Amino acid sequence: MKILLPKKQIEAFRTKAEKTEHRRELVVDFMREIQDHYGWVPDEGVELVAETLGVTTIDVEEVATFYDKIYRQPVGRYPIHICDSICCWTRGGEQIAAHLQELLGIELGGTTEDGLFTLLPTCCLGGCGRAPSIMIGRKFHGNLTVEAIDQLIDQLRKEVAR
Amino acid sequence: MSATPQLLFKNRVPGKTVSYKDYCKTGGYTALEKALKGMSPAEIVTLVKASGLRGRGGAGFSTGLKWSFFPADKPAPKYLVCNCDEMEPGTYKDGELLAADPHQLIEGMILSAYALNADTGYIFIRYAYDQQLKNLQQAVAEATAAGYLGKNICGSGFDFELHLHGSAGRYILGEETALLNGLEGQRPNPRLKPPFPAQSGLFGRPTTVNNVETLANIPHIVNGGAEWFKGLARNHEGAGTKLFGLSGHLNVTECFELPVGIPLGELIEAYGGGVWRNRKFKACLPGGASTPYLTGEHLDIALDFDPLAAVGSRFGTAGVTVFDDQTCMLRVTLNLLRFFARESCGWCTPCRDGLPLVCWLLEKIENGEGTLDDLQMLRDQQQHISGRSFCALADGAMGPLDGLLRLFEQEVIDHIDKGRCPF
Repeated sequence: MKILLPKKQIEAFRTKAEKTEHRRELVVDFMREIQDHYGWVPDEGVELVAETLGVTTIDVEEVATFYDKIYRQPVGRYPIHICDSICCWTRGGEQIAAHLQELLGIELGGTTEDGLFTLLPTCCLGGCGRAPSIMIGRKFHGNLTVEAIDQLIDQLRKEVAR
Repeated sequence: MSATPQLLFKNRVPGKTVSYKDYCKTGGYTALEKALKGMSPAEIVTLVKASGLRGRGGAGFSTGLKWSFFPADKPAPKYLVCNCDEMEPGTYKDGELLAADPHQLIEGMILSAYALNADTGYIFIRYAYDQQLKNLQQAVAEATAAGYLGKNICGSGFDFELHLHGSAGRYILGEETALLNGLEGQRPNPRLKPPFPAQSGLFGRPTTVNNVETLANIPHIVNGGAEWFKGLARNHEGAGTKLFGLSGHLNVTECFELPVGIPLGELIEAYGGGVWRNRKFKACLPGGASTPYLTGEHLDIALDFDPLAAVGSRFGTAGVTVFDDQTCMLRVTLNLLRFFARESCGWCTPCRDGLPLVCWLLEKIENGEGTLDDLQMLRDQQQHISGRSFCALADGAMGPLDGLLRLFEQEVIDHIDKGRCPF
């Protein structure tokens, strides 16, 4: 079973929290760390953050559920955020979204059966000059075409197979 | 084109990030040295006020005037917060600036903190700007090693520490009080004002929140002077240069540093390379998703706060999104309203319930199922929502709706008459 976060990292975070005057400010930081390691933030993650920062679980939960880039449910290994805002829309964003759904055989919000990809619509990624765009994990990809999407997905599948 | 003085983009090379060494080679940190050795904090506030610099985050309030409200004489801690949430569709200039030359923001923040007598700074960075966050981590480390951050900076006795905060999505965090809640690790709904952040901001302490581009301009103003900065603009009431992020139906969709007051038509032709596919210009958002449309009759207008306010729009963030003559403006407005509805924090009724209702009405008309009553209801909703929400998000959402009803009413009626989208 995959562990939530290595002991060392938890200890490092505990030390950081002790040195921070307003510990609660670290709540997003800590959840981002757990997510980077575990892929998403399960209930145990919320509890760990709460306990480490000396706040209640609802204090953490109400923050976790506010942000769309904190995943409180399992997502694929590569969460794909598809920009559906205006600049991408002007340059074929809808076709990119449709193509990704067809290529992966899932709808927006869904995860592929092999657990590799999740499709999530998102607002503007701040890459309006390079529309249409998506973000895979934390990596931005712009000036997309259907062919470029095929290549990207192919490349990621090969990476996993390796 | 090369005649435009480059301040913020002077070191910019596409695909590269300016290092500490290269930043210093072109005069980096000389403004900070100059100020710490020979200027009082009050002198800097006066200088910035005289320069005419107006907030680059969209609201356009005088930066110097905002600073003059800050209670600099109150005891520490006092905070300077940089807003790099930048999530309004069409806006990507701060991201470009930090991808290219992050030290400008660091130097600008130290100078501004000195002017405000703030001891601690935060840079709040949106989730999608991962590379920019990494650039800033590197820049902070370099500035600290050089003695520009920490205790007794340049032997002046001034102390300043700077923290970075990576966010996790959501447009509302760009609202300054929501941002402060987010920094504190609270649920980031906006706060009731007053008290204003200058009195009670981060952790209940005096706080000023400024935009990335605003702060990055400060070193240039300190080095160049107020008159020089004012004179950079093309219109007499304007000041400085501005980062214009071009997007939409243009041949060239890049970010340019150009004088404030450049006419819209010149921006589109000389920099945007004209409308794509040999089509005609129909409309644009002049400064982000919340700014009412401009049309062909506005091509001679000087892009600046006052001239755009005079024609019922806003300069906003100068993220210019262009639409060609084959675009359905109802569909554009629906896209924009869906964004605002989804990004509403849900705190107040006009925003939480009003925006989805507007979306539903727009959808109905776009799908050819609308009636003239629906059009009237859209007008009513605009009245009901404008000025009645807890923060500026819903007011911003009314920008494109106002533009649609004022400038493209016939297009909406055509949808109703034909029973389908005419595009």
